[in-house]
Amino acid sequence: MDPRPVEQWELETAQRQERRRQLRGTLGSFAEIAVALVIGLGVGAVVMRVAGYDWLLAYEGLVMGSFGDLWAVADTLASATPLILTGLVFGLSARAGYFNIGAQGQMVIGALAAVAVGAHISGPPVVAVTVTFLAAGVAGAIWALPPALLKATRGVHEVISTIMFNWIAHYTALYLVFNLLNDPRSAERSLRVVPEARLGALIPGADMTAAIFVAAGVALGIYWLLWHSPWGYEMRIAGLNPSALRYAGANPLWSVNLTFILAGLAAGIAGASQVIGRPPTYALYGDLSNLGDLGFDGIAVALIGRNHPIGIILAAVFIGALGAGARMMQIMANVPLDMVRIVHGTVIIALAAPEAWSLLGKLLGLNRRRGQSAAAAPAKALPQ
Amino acid sequence: MLWASLILGALHAMVPLTITATGEILSERGGVVNIGLEGILLISAFTAVIGAEMGGPLAGLLAGVLTGALLGLIHGVIAVFFRGDQTVSGVGLNILALGVVAIGIVDRWGSAGFHRVERAFRVPSLSTPLGPMSPMVIVAVLLAAFTWYLLKYTNLGLKIQACGENPAAADAAGVRVEQVRLFGAVYAGALTGLAGAYLSIDWLATITENLPAGRGFIALATVVFSRLNPWLAVAGGLIFGFFDSLGLIASTSQQLTRIVPYQFIQMMPYVVTLLVVAGVIGRFRAPAASGQPYRRE
Repeated sequence: MDPRPVEQWELETAQRQERRRQLRGTLGSFAEIAVALVIGLGVGAVVMRVAGYDWLLAYEGLVMGSFGDLWAVADTLASATPLILTGLVFGLSARAGYFNIGAQGQMVIGALAAVAVGAHISGPPVVAVTVTFLAAGVAGAIWALPPALLKATRGVHEVISTIMFNWIAHYTALYLVFNLLNDPRSAERSLRVVPEARLGALIPGADMTAAIFVAAGVALGIYWLLWHSPWGYEMRIAGLNPSALRYAGANPLWSVNLTFILAGLAAGIAGASQVIGRPPTYALYGDLSNLGDLGFDGIAVALIGRNHPIGIILAAVFIGALGAGARMMQIMANVPLDMVRIVHGTVIIALAAPEAWSLLGKLLGLNRRRGQSAAAAPAKALPQ
Repeated sequence: MLWASLILGALHAMVPLTITATGEILSERGGVVNIGLEGILLISAFTAVIGAEMGGPLAGLLAGVLTGALLGLIHGVIAVFFRGDQTVSGVGLNILALGVVAIGIVDRWGSAGFHRVERAFRVPSLSTPLGPMSPMVIVAVLLAAFTWYLLKYTNLGLKIQACGENPAAADAAGVRVEQVRLFGAVYAGALTGLAGAYLSIDWLATITENLPAGRGFIALATVVFSRLNPWLAVAGGLIFGFFDSLGLIASTSQQLTRIVPYQFIQMMPYVVTLLVVAGVIGRFRAPAASGQPYRRE
């Protein structure tokens, strides 16, 4: 018995249903993120309340300091710049199935390379800036390679190896900033990069430089790579089903190396963006305070952005706004800067358990008929 | 004299790693992995100081254990009942801890980033031929022994391992998989909380914004090194602890820091961890269902 040929209208219905399912997945993803953000800000408000701060005034300051005027927006984008890049480190690796939390160390090494190259380079600004960014990217990629090799050859879990490399990078940087790269005129910071290698403020008085375009460019490049290139296809297969990759004849060793190298590249450029793309210092402080925990914050960015380059840009602007607004929050309501970390952490914990919301709904007797709420829809990723 | 301080230093540095790793071993045997140990160490170190300053060192230890158990419970509920992503939840815990403790120190003592714990609130030490030693060294070994016995010779231990290897089979045999796994997560949290309290109100006698300094992750490396055997967690803790204390002692030695910069000495525990994990891990096999949520058919 021959199967009945598929009618055109049936095909169209199936396609329409598929599109609708994808859309529901995307909306569900947004709903989950929105709920997590609300929970994060809510817990932040409760903590401020308990600690005796005026949380309403604090959040007012947060909004004013991040989106209040042109300069505030520029500061938000300046804070978002390195976060886009460190978010890509985690997001790209997660797409390929690795939990790479080494952005911090790779970024530190990239910043060191930016100082080392940027302080000694000469030539026209375009060349100096490009070479410095590239040097930082290569340094970050080299630093990312040992964890990849340990993973592929010895089975060392990348969480452990990347954390250890973060600490090794931290102490290496402390040593170099005070010794080889130290500025003889100022003991507490490194050499400054030459004026040709500096990116100036785009709006006088705000921190934003052309580095934001570099970060966005890297994000779009990784987007293209993941979804429009054979390498990206292999990386995504590796993340979804490692054994399928082997059956397809691809080399897993190559896949893990490529993933970590690209991630390290982005992390290194993030380090450079803080050295040559952020006025007014154009150097590394001895306590590395101008790098902060940007590498770790990238994890939050990637999780909120659902490991998608476009999502990561949006999430980086959100976390960047928290960072830029935190200062105004401190000025207006006297709230410590670390408050935003509580919001970060809570948002991530809330994002860890998407099923919690559907379970909660069931407990409360909601959506019994529809069976599945929007938030419960399988929404691991934005559809391509 | 140097040897005595080195041995004692290694023993003292062993304690947080072994206690934390021991708890995590039981949890991972049952199928719940928690990479938020670093965050639990930090928060419970903080609450232990508050507890100790209110009710003495015992209250401090208790505060640490309870804080750890509560955080372990949160992680366990997310991992077991909400079937959430265990790694993501753990990372969230680590970030949350940095914020909570940084703000807490300012809020509680008005000093930014640092508070010293007075001698009266610290765990009193035992006098030994080598010098004063913390009683927690003995507690750490006893906990490892207890956990080993629990896993190997009790009914509960068998259930825990069944949940880690094949939760569906355990479920079919009448084991309450969710409850057993939740117990593992809380046990790991409670022990990590005890280790956190030891850091602040005993060994380091201070609370800072980043007191554990990666020890939660070195404890995870110890878990890997131990191949989920608590006795080997003691051995692993001693190896990592030795280099940790060597770093602490060496960085205060003037003659040595003139030759080797102290930054490189402080780097040593992390380098050693990498080398040991890279050398050992090849033969390691995690429980089949470790880190995966269980969904009843």
